Amino acid sequence: MALKIVKGSIDRMFDKNLQDLVRGIRNHKEDEAKYISTCIDEIKQELKQDNIAVKANAVCKLTYLQMLGYDVSWAAFNIVEVMSSSKFTYKVKIGLYAHVWICQEIGYISQYDTGVALTGLSCFVTPDLARDLANDIMTLMSHTKPYIRKKAVLIMYKVFLKYPESLRPAFPRLKEKLEDPDPGVQSAAVNVICELARRNPKNYLSLAPLFFKLMTSSTNNWVLIKIIKLFGALTPLEPRLGKKLIEPLTNLIHSTSAMSLLYECVNTVIAGHDVNGSPFLPPFSLALFLFLRFQLCVQKLRILIEDSDQNLKYLGLLAMSKILKTHPKSVQSHKDLILQCLDDKDESIRLRALDLLYGMVSKKNLMEIVKKLMLHVDKAEGTTYRDELLTKIIDICSQSNYQYITNFEWYISILVELTRLEGTRHGHLIASQMLDVAIRVKAIRVFAVAQMATLLDNAHLMTGNVQRKGICEVLYAAAWICGEFSEHLENPMQTLEAMLRPKVATLPGHIQAVYVQNAAKLFATLLKNQEGNTDRTAAQETSQLMIDRLPLFVQSANLEVQERASCILQLVKYIQKLQQKDVEVAEEVIALFAGELNPVAPKAQKKVPVPEGLDLDAWINEPPSESESEDEQPKAIFAKEEPKHSRARHTEVDEKELAKRREARKQEQANNPFYIKASPSSQKVYQEAPGVEHIPVVQIDLSVPLKVPGLPMSDQYVKLEEERRQKERVEKKKKEKKKRKEKRGGRGKKHDSGPESEEDITPAHMVDIVTEEMPLADSEKLPVRSHRAAEALKSPAEDGDAESPASQEPKKKSSKEKREKKKDKDGDRKVSVKNGNPTRETALWMYIYGAEIDIQGNLQDGSQVVVSVIFENKCDNFLKTMEFNVLDSLNSKLQRPEGSGPHDGLSVPFQLPPGVSNEARFVFTMQSIVMPQKLKGTLTFIIKNEDSSTHEKLDFKLHFTCSSYLITTPCYSDAFAKLLESGDLKCSSVRLEGVNMPFHHLLARICFHHHFSVVERIDSCASMYSRSIQGHHVCLLVKTSGQTVSIDAKCDEPTLLGNVLDEIKQTFSQC
Amino acid sequence: MIKAILIFNNHGKPRLIRFYQYFAEDLQQQIIRETFHLVSKRDDNVCNFLEGGSLIGGSDYKLIYRHYATLYFVFCVDSSESELGILDLIQVFVETLDKCFENVCELDLIFHMDKVHYILQEVVMGGMVLETNMNEIVAQVEVQTRMEKSEVKLSRPSG
Repeated sequence: MALKIVKGSIDRMFDKNLQDLVRGIRNHKEDEAKYISTCIDEIKQELKQDNIAVKANAVCKLTYLQMLGYDVSWAAFNIVEVMSSSKFTYKVKIGLYAHVWICQEIGYISQYDTGVALTGLSCFVTPDLARDLANDIMTLMSHTKPYIRKKAVLIMYKVFLKYPESLRPAFPRLKEKLEDPDPGVQSAAVNVICELARRNPKNYLSLAPLFFKLMTSSTNNWVLIKIIKLFGALTPLEPRLGKKLIEPLTNLIHSTSAMSLLYECVNTVIAGHDVNGSPFLPPFSLALFLFLRFQLCVQKLRILIEDSDQNLKYLGLLAMSKILKTHPKSVQSHKDLILQCLDDKDESIRLRALDLLYGMVSKKNLMEIVKKLMLHVDKAEGTTYRDELLTKIIDICSQSNYQYITNFEWYISILVELTRLEGTRHGHLIASQMLDVAIRVKAIRVFAVAQMATLLDNAHLMTGNVQRKGICEVLYAAAWICGEFSEHLENPMQTLEAMLRPKVATLPGHIQAVYVQNAAKLFATLLKNQEGNTDRTAAQETSQLMIDRLPLFVQSANLEVQERASCILQLVKYIQKLQQKDVEVAEEVIALFAGELNPVAPKAQKKVPVPEGLDLDAWINEPPSESESEDEQPKAIFAKEEPKHSRARHTEVDEKELAKRREARKQEQANNPFYIKASPSSQKVYQEAPGVEHIPVVQIDLSVPLKVPGLPMSDQYVKLEEERRQKERVEKKKKEKKKRKEKRGGRGKKHDSGPESEEDITPAHMVDIVTEEMPLADSEKLPVRSHRAAEALKSPAEDGDAESPASQEPKKKSSKEKREKKKDKDGDRKVSVKNGNPTRETALWMYIYGAEIDIQGNLQDGSQVVVSVIFENKCDNFLKTMEFNVLDSLNSKLQRPEGSGPHDGLSVPFQLPPGVSNEARFVFTMQSIVMPQKLKGTLTFIIKNEDSSTHEKLDFKLHFTCSSYLITTPCYSDAFAKLLESGDLKCSSVRLEGVNMPFHHLLARICFHHHFSVVERIDSCASMYSRSIQGHHVCLLVKTSGQTVSIDAKCDEPTLLGNVLDEIKQTFSQC
Repeated sequence: MIKAILIFNNHGKPRLIRFYQYFAEDLQQQIIRETFHLVSKRDDNVCNFLEGGSLIGGSDYKLIYRHYATLYFVFCVDSSESELGILDLIQVFVETLDKCFENVCELDLIFHMDKVHYILQEVVMGGMVLETNMNEIVAQVEVQTRMEKSEVKLSRPSG
């Protein structure tokens, strides 16, 4: 056994792999067949091995052989076996191998196969695949075709991501590709390395010289941009690099005409500068200076300044924000420019400018800038931008602890001004600023309190938009500040009244709560002031005011408000009692709110020394051990432990016992009339029941013992009913068909579809609507909707009546002529149907309609076309015994009643008195609809005079165009896109020159004559859709430019498509 | 890297969507909607950059878009791509489409879905830019089209 294994593995060493096979075939040019047959024998041996790898190798070779045209079907099983092996990689590998080798073999053409394989791979690389394919892709990286190299290089990045170990071995080759002669490959390599370097720049420092060379030599802007970006990432790691880069970068800045490159250069310069921290180098400062001054434009590109490209502006601002971080001063000198950008109509630019402002403010210019911003706030349209401005103003002012604010009175007034903004969402932000400033800046309190008091007084201005959770938040701050610092109030009584207005009740709860609380504070201050006076009534009036107004808040729905209000109300009532006894209470009341709030710095806690002997890390109590806690867990709070345990024990009781009990229970249930048996069958039925409404819930109570309640029964009924209906339907259909057959040629066609086949009728409606909607002017005059698909009667004498079925226009005209002539009773050139007897003025008119009228019947069948024929008697005699006959072809047959022979004519079921016309329909069966058809036919009839009757014959041709097999079918654009996405359709296209008509006429014409419907139309481009009676999808894309119309078409049946396109072409060639 | 390429029309109907990073399908739909919302309300004479939406990555992402007649071409990229470079790339892509479809129009994208994808594949592969030279792209696409046609011809007699 062991020997066998060893032998096997040794054998395998000599196994040919795919490479050997190809090489071998090449070397055996003379006796290729013989060589291959030996190879196949070997493969057969290999396939018998147990080792899946060997098998896979064999299958690889088989794939190649199959490509060469050898039959490998005998190995199908083995191939499936390998395919089904758990390793997906084998499959892909096989696929890829096949590609690679064919590619080398066939050379040029198949490089796209490999390309496709690689592109596909880029979508689904997994770590496994990456590992297994890394080597193969690496081989491809030095493929002879740059196209493959390019793709292989790019895909390596994905492989690296999934399988980082492959990076090390692949790196030298990747580096090699940087100097690839093909610019595409080069750019791909640069791309990959840039992406890699973004993740870990350190490892790529060694490549700097190479990139340096590339940067000076390459002319591809894309590559240059990438390299410069890469350098941007590298310079922070290697300061010397920055210095080295100066020269080439400035050269580029001066020489390039590509804005993108220029921008990246400047960007990198900035980035490089950041790190070095050295002062501006002369060329840089020049570039930067110009760049800033003219929003990114350097000397040579000054022309672009006037252009004022928004994109450049944006990027300029973006770059500036980078400079700002290190050199705020150089940016600050461009304040005017940036402020100008605030006026820009572009929001992106305005936002960028705002960002810049943030870093640009100083103590000197803050007020000025904010003033400008305030102006913008007033002007700004749209709340989002205004909100953005508002937050920016606050951000700018409050940054680094109000570092730049020299005058807080100014700031408070700005905040108050901001409260006048309509519909802002940042009331909360303003409120917190007010609180913050008022608490932290003691000197400002007097001013702040005065301002807040006016705010409270004018609260009604803000309460307008309570719902929007907006500015009324400010009242929260105002009330609190007025309450807390009430000693600074000039007119506390007025403020108190403002706070207790009934309107306050409309404010949000948390604000009301603050109002109530601070009203109390205010009350305390007031008492204190008033008690000092000699007149006590003032103090009592104040208490009375509180007692009068507070009940409003006691009734509040908000708990917080309610609680505070009732608490304070009781307090005030008590105070009033004391007041009536002439007791001085002010001191005590004020004591309730004594003490001052001090701002606490965020890091203040750290400064508090830890008391001696306090070890915060030590356990206060011993932590419970984990095992303990587990035991403790089930401890029930209510002593239910006992039953629980016993139950647990029960479950441990042996299986037998359990089974016994189950059995007993089942028995019990079975005997219990009130128990619904849960037999598996009933359950199943329940699930299968078509809907909830079928479940007769009530019946459960009524159920008889041991009988599964009504459910399955009803189900059965439903099924039975359905079956019955089905049967009926089939029968009806049969009948209908029969009827139709009997009635064929009769008129009642449209009525014979019973109510059952309603769905059959609907498409007919749609068809009708679509056709009738067509705004084809010249056709409107025609009494007939169309007549096509059938060649009108051809009379040899009638020279104007050319036999061109697809050309609708002349036919129409000719028919119009016919009509007119008929009206005139101009006998001479009346269209006579007398064949071979042109001089006689007779007899019959025949219009033949297209097939669309009864198409809904055909849809079901897929092979039936109905031809409607109008017979019109134009002579003075009676016509009778008309017989319609067509010579069947292999493909198309006239449907005849059962029992009649294939050559029998069909009698037209009516007679025609002079001047009367009537319509008859004939059904044809088509095998294939991909080709147009012409059928020859004859109509025989008898002309009856008073005295004699003559037998006449009329020859005609029926022309079934491919368009007549199409049915106008509406299609939604989503469905249309899905259809095209499927990729099953063949494409074909046609160009029409010299079409001189408006686009919508053109579309209408296609719709009308070829039964298409417009899916979507955009300007002079439209997509159209139609379906054949056999379900082929036909999609068109029609475009015009000038007099040229190009039609791209897709269909699952190329022949049909070709014919339809030909017909369309003909339609337009004759207009 | 390019994270996604979205092409939709003025009504926000997606015409070509390509994600180079995995997103669940409903999230993709959300991204498309959000992007459309962001892009569509912008005037034509404003800049072509947008700080990315909230869904498709954070501050590192940018939307770079161009608006042509009825279509928006939106590329969602991270900071490793050059903004103006991508703008140029969009232009190259559109010009390539125009060359391949002659007077390209929105409906071409639906009708020639397959071909549009081929073209895109020649421009961007797996989120990385493959080729920026229009002539090169057109040449490759043309060769492939020719191949496809010859394949159809080959298969026609048998089928």
